[in-house]
Amino acid sequence: MKNNIYIYILVMTVTVFLVRVLPLTLIRKPIRNKFIRDFLYYVPYVTLSVMTFPAIIDATDNPFAGLFALIIGIFAAYKNLGLFKVTVICCISVLLIEFLF
Amino acid sequence: MYTFRKGLKDGLPIGFGYFAVAFSLGIIAAQAGLTPFQGFLTSLLVNASAGENAAFIAIKENVPYLQMVLIMIVSNIRYVLMSFALSQKIAPKTHMIHRLLLGFFLTDEYFALAISQDPYCNPYYSYGAISFAAPCWASGTALGIIMGNILPPRIVSALSVALFGMFLAIIIPPAKKDKAIACLIVISFLCSYLLSRFTTISESMITIILTIVISSLGALLFPTKGEKHEE
Repeated sequence: MKNNIYIYILVMTVTVFLVRVLPLTLIRKPIRNKFIRDFLYYVPYVTLSVMTFPAIIDATDNPFAGLFALIIGIFAAYKNLGLFKVTVICCISVLLIEFLF
Repeated sequence: MYTFRKGLKDGLPIGFGYFAVAFSLGIIAAQAGLTPFQGFLTSLLVNASAGENAAFIAIKENVPYLQMVLIMIVSNIRYVLMSFALSQKIAPKTHMIHRLLLGFFLTDEYFALAISQDPYCNPYYSYGAISFAAPCWASGTALGIIMGNILPPRIVSALSVALFGMFLAIIIPPAKKDKAIACLIVISFLCSYLLSRFTTISESMITIILTIVISSLGALLFPTKGEKHEE
């Protein structure tokens, strides 16, 4: 049976709201535990990496176009081109490869 | 009023960026079976690129509601850090309603804007940026769901990597300065690839497991020195 999308949206909204608001309102002291601090520090990078690869090569019609976009995207981001430019460059890379092959 | 207008102006580039990324998110939402209205509602209420991406994949997999809670916690746990940091940038006397609103709209970009102010962040400055960028985010998602089915496959294929481009723009620059992050990114790519290709574990579950395992590993192997946490 399919779960209800509106209940999903409600669950998402409440959970993400609590994640964002609880520290801001309740906890006024900095976290002391070194392991938890370091863990939290690394989390964003790991989550975003796991979600990027291999998803990027599955997203495009031609997996090599996705791989190319990944490499070009890493290069562009390495050059500090900023969020918008990196995004556009990735899209153009895919267009180019899928047009050529 | 001046503060609000200045926020609005600084929110323009954020809004355009959001629109493009939300569009690509809409393509994923469409695959999960969301209607344009449901996509609009989700983006309006959730305001999280990585979180919504993970959530749409989870909806497609028809996961139990409790697993959705877990996915939202893991894919958004970085906001815990930002929320801590932001709490230091809000004037002590600030009313609770402003704290709740700023928390509700806490994203990487709004966070960057808020902490760039000195000494404290004026909530109305943030509201200015949000008043333009948040509608861009929500309508971009809805349009992505509608247009994903209309646009030629070549264009959809190209636009679908926009979201990942944004992720790269977030993770790569810090990796230049911090070799530990660079190392964890490579490990994450590898493990994610192996688990997705050689096991039957679902994509959303892989995100949860690997985030917890690899971040713990990072905390054990590469303990940070001092004040690296203030992003």
